[in-house]
Amino acid sequence: MTFLKRGLTRRRVLQTGMAGIIGTGVAPMVFTRGAWAQENFCNNPTGDTVTFGLNLPLTGAYAEEGADEQRAYELAIAHLNGEGDGGLLNVLTPSALKGNGILGKKVGFVSSDSQTKSDVARAGATRMIERDGAIMITGGSSSGEAIAVQGLCQEKGIIFMAGLTHSNDTTGKDKRRYGFRHFFNAYQSGIALGPVLGEQYGSQRRAYHLTADYTWGWTQEESIKAATEALGWETVATVRTPLGSTDYSQYLTPILNSGADVLILNHYGLDMVNSLPQAVQFGLRDREANGKQFQIVTPLISELMAKGAGESVRGIFGTSNWHWNLQDAGSIAFTKSFGAAYGSPPSQAAHTAYVQALLYADAVERAGTFYPPEVIKALEGHEFDGMGNGPTLYRADDHQCMKSVLVVQGNEAPTSEFDVLNVVQEVGRDTTTYDPSIFGGELGPAEPAPLC
Amino acid sequence: MFEVIFLQFLNGLDKGAAYALIALGLTLVFGTLGVVNFAHGALFMLGAFCAVTVRMVLTMETVTIDPEKLSPWGTPLEVREPLMQAWLGDFGAVLVNYSVPFSILITIPIMLVVGIALERGIIKHFYKRPHAEQILVTFGLAIVAQEVIKSIFGPNPIPQPMPTDLRGAADIGAWLGMQANIITYPIWRLVYFLFAAVVIGAVFAFLQFTTFGMVVRAGMADRETVGLLGINIDRRFTIMFGLAAVVAGVAGVMYTPLLPPNYHIGMDFLVLSFVVVVVGGMGSLPGAVAAGFMLGILQSFASMNQVKAIFPGIDQIIIYLVAVVILLVRPRGLMGRRGVMEA
Amino acid sequence: MNANLMSRNDLVLLLGFSLVVLTMPIWLAPLGAGYPDLLQRFMIYGIFAVGFNILFGLTGYLSFGHAAFFGVGSYTAVWSLKLLTLDAIPAMVLAVIISGIFALIIGFLCLRRSGIYFSILTLAFAQMSYNLAYSVLTPITNGETGLQLTLSDPRVIDAAVGHSFVGQPIPTLFGTPIGGYAGFYFCAAFLIIAFFVAQRIAGSPFGMMLKAIKSNQTRMQFTGFNTRPYALSAFVISGMYAGLAGALLAVTDPLAGAERMQWTASGEVVLMTILGGVGTLVGPVIGAWIIKYFENILSALNDNILARFFDVLPDGVDSFLVKVIGKFVGDGWHLTLGLVFVIIVIFLPGGIMEGVRRIAAAFRNRGSTPRTSNQTQAAE
Repeated sequence: MTFLKRGLTRRRVLQTGMAGIIGTGVAPMVFTRGAWAQENFCNNPTGDTVTFGLNLPLTGAYAEEGADEQRAYELAIAHLNGEGDGGLLNVLTPSALKGNGILGKKVGFVSSDSQTKSDVARAGATRMIERDGAIMITGGSSSGEAIAVQGLCQEKGIIFMAGLTHSNDTTGKDKRRYGFRHFFNAYQSGIALGPVLGEQYGSQRRAYHLTADYTWGWTQEESIKAATEALGWETVATVRTPLGSTDYSQYLTPILNSGADVLILNHYGLDMVNSLPQAVQFGLRDREANGKQFQIVTPLISELMAKGAGESVRGIFGTSNWHWNLQDAGSIAFTKSFGAAYGSPPSQAAHTAYVQALLYADAVERAGTFYPPEVIKALEGHEFDGMGNGPTLYRADDHQCMKSVLVVQGNEAPTSEFDVLNVVQEVGRDTTTYDPSIFGGELGPAEPAPLC
Repeated sequence: MFEVIFLQFLNGLDKGAAYALIALGLTLVFGTLGVVNFAHGALFMLGAFCAVTVRMVLTMETVTIDPEKLSPWGTPLEVREPLMQAWLGDFGAVLVNYSVPFSILITIPIMLVVGIALERGIIKHFYKRPHAEQILVTFGLAIVAQEVIKSIFGPNPIPQPMPTDLRGAADIGAWLGMQANIITYPIWRLVYFLFAAVVIGAVFAFLQFTTFGMVVRAGMADRETVGLLGINIDRRFTIMFGLAAVVAGVAGVMYTPLLPPNYHIGMDFLVLSFVVVVVGGMGSLPGAVAAGFMLGILQSFASMNQVKAIFPGIDQIIIYLVAVVILLVRPRGLMGRRGVMEA
Repeated sequence: MNANLMSRNDLVLLLGFSLVVLTMPIWLAPLGAGYPDLLQRFMIYGIFAVGFNILFGLTGYLSFGHAAFFGVGSYTAVWSLKLLTLDAIPAMVLAVIISGIFALIIGFLCLRRSGIYFSILTLAFAQMSYNLAYSVLTPITNGETGLQLTLSDPRVIDAAVGHSFVGQPIPTLFGTPIGGYAGFYFCAAFLIIAFFVAQRIAGSPFGMMLKAIKSNQTRMQFTGFNTRPYALSAFVISGMYAGLAGALLAVTDPLAGAERMQWTASGEVVLMTILGGVGTLVGPVIGAWIIKYFENILSALNDNILARFFDVLPDGVDSFLVKVIGKFVGDGWHLTLGLVFVIIVIFLPGGIMEGVRRIAAAFRNRGSTPRTSNQTQAAE
């Protein structure tokens, strides 16, 4: 071995590497660039089936929501293919759905466990797009996941129909042209919850916030703080707790003698399932402060969380996107078909998941093509009704659904394990509509559709 | 301000008791067997799931379908009858109510068997191998244990209600002759504190005052000499491993009403318990207990808003920060013996 | 002088390795793994494992905190893409430098201790980084949501030279987007370079020194060597490898999330290295590939697919098999991983590479002296 030889080998190595890069990798990309037409877009379904990619948290903090979403998607896909009782297909107005799949193609699905982690959710979505040829990605139960995945979808040119995500950022500063949200947001929670709190607890309250220390928690804290201070309430302190904490005792003890008489828990999922019962164990709800009964408020609450928190949730106010006990035709039809299939009523996560799948299918039917920019046009500014939330608008400015929001209260005397929340008030769409420009953000372009 | 400090201190003691109890078993294993057991968190989790299983058995129900009534979604209503009350009447109801403390009786033999089987089956082959390999094999075992639990019980936490008499908060301030309704604390947390104190005391007494304990302590100091004296030290060490598993298991059982257990609960405590052991000094029982209380109190105070205003984020890192400082300044920990794992 | 030269064996190994890596899209396609995202991950985690092995394999220091450097690399890369330019090269260079500096500071402190204390120290530092990234450092890390590219990022260099683009910003290499197979070859080039560098380190006097630290640090110190600078260099190099891998992950998929810094992520790279074979060059890479392959393929198998697979078997038998095997695939793939890992640590501490060596040795023995091997069998 000599130096000369060593030099040669090193160069050879480089040559082989570069040849590989240029030969197989870059070249085809260069040639195909610019040749995209309506027929040539990411995962254009060519056979007689079309695949949805379900990105669901089956483990981790929001696993329960993820499992319920999965049931809802399977039901929605069955209904789209004309199986079962048709569910909400019969009540959606206007509807272009025919119950024979989408554009005559049978709907199938692939799924991926996002573990309630943004990184993993994104990797799973990439896999479903690249390997399984998913035409649309949907699901997720956290705002982190939703924002991470919709960024990816914008890059790949795949439409993302968000599942449960409540942060203002999803359709605010992080909004994307390819991302759509049916669920409501923290700002709307504040609008809906504020007046009810004022009515119930008066205008002379002192509030103490415990907030999950990340973007969603912050936006909700900000929204609720604004809403309660508008009532005349005073904010004693806002304390950040690490996301995924299990023992909240060290954050609860300072509340006891802080002079506060309301505790606002800006927690979600397992965080709240842990923090709410612990707060009750500390005797907060049995206390009197400033001559008033101490109260706890959970601005965002779901049936699944209420079930997890057990008795602690009784009498506590919060907001929800939807509840199975609503008495309109859409809610009745959905609860019936879901209950018959799975033996339990659907959660709000299941509802939003089901509706999103249907809305996408409907938009494709109306557009007459799977070409994403056309589907986006069909969804933007679309008015529909019958899905359980009253007349709803998919607002074009930020891809946020404008619809009514529910104020709910933990049921004092539940008749079954599912009967945990009561609907106190349905706050109408006129009230919950807000100016999209307050959150900034930029949707970005729809065309040309990127080719993944 | 006094009541705020007092409450935070009380909370620190409560947290510290939990930390000390978890770390006790870990340091017991290290002190006797010299094994770094990353599966300790898994033992804690197995204990918690013993409680879950006991409650599942106690709350078994008979399901009959009542065709007369309909559920809100239109299927015939299922009527559930609790089985235990039907069999045992009021005693059954009491048993269900006190299922968590009752589970301890069942958990002890189970954890003893699990611990001894683990030691005889796998750990004993690793005495002579490097610490790194002990960490790896026990880490692997921890993964296996938690995945088995996950496939049986699912990924979601399973709430374990505490006995109805022990819910809510006790007015400690009034007991101590202060103004009422100022210093209150959840009863179950006080119960856990007492329980931890009793278990820790019992372990110390066992090692201090029984012949068995004396031999084990001698073995910890000089294993070979004790062996040369004709004492079967290995068997005693095996039993010590079983005992450590029992301590971890019962700690898990009593923790379930505070935190609904899921398959991951062990991993969450694992890192923490290692930090406690290292801060206390590897292999030192009093050190682990002292470090547990110290870290609990520090964490409780670090979580106060007044402290966080000066050091943002301190509540999230305080435990690790203390560990780093202790390891760099005094590597044998608070009460570790000189020369044990010191480098 | 001679030790600096590349032996024929090393050369063959490097060329063979390069060939295997570059043809991956072809030979992995029938195995269901021939899609760019997974291939990129094979490369990235390969680099991570090779780097980890420089520390753990050569010096024996078991770090439980390497994910922190991986995360720092990712964050640096995304910030470079946001603030400077969409070109990948500055992002990679900066990521390696910053994670190297980070590793230097942490390594300087942690290497004051060894053994289990070293492991706990690295673990503590990594958990601190993770917890801070998740909370108070949110302005830098964007917390749980993860750091992403947006249309409104400044990108001063791009703006200065007048580069503009349409749509979602995507990292590029001299103007070509790094996505899909281009991304794979980009990462593959880095893996081959990383492998080559690791090969040179292992064969150099410096590598010998590291191995000596592993076998007996005290003796080294008694003979007058100060081992700390060597161990620290190894720590920094392996931290830079982790940073490089993190940067590649951020460049091929421009999002940096805090989860990749958690201690379980550090645990994963330990698993990879052990599974493949500690202290070998190829082993850690194979370990990384196997874990990533199973994570993506095994976890995607669900009961429906199994049911179809066992359809030919009689009823009862097939549902039983689906039920049993279903516990080990899909959501339960971690169980398989844990079991395999425990078995490897107990019976095959050298990992898969040792297994391969043993099998090869067995064959060689049988070929040359068949009688001996017969006798052994009889004796058993």
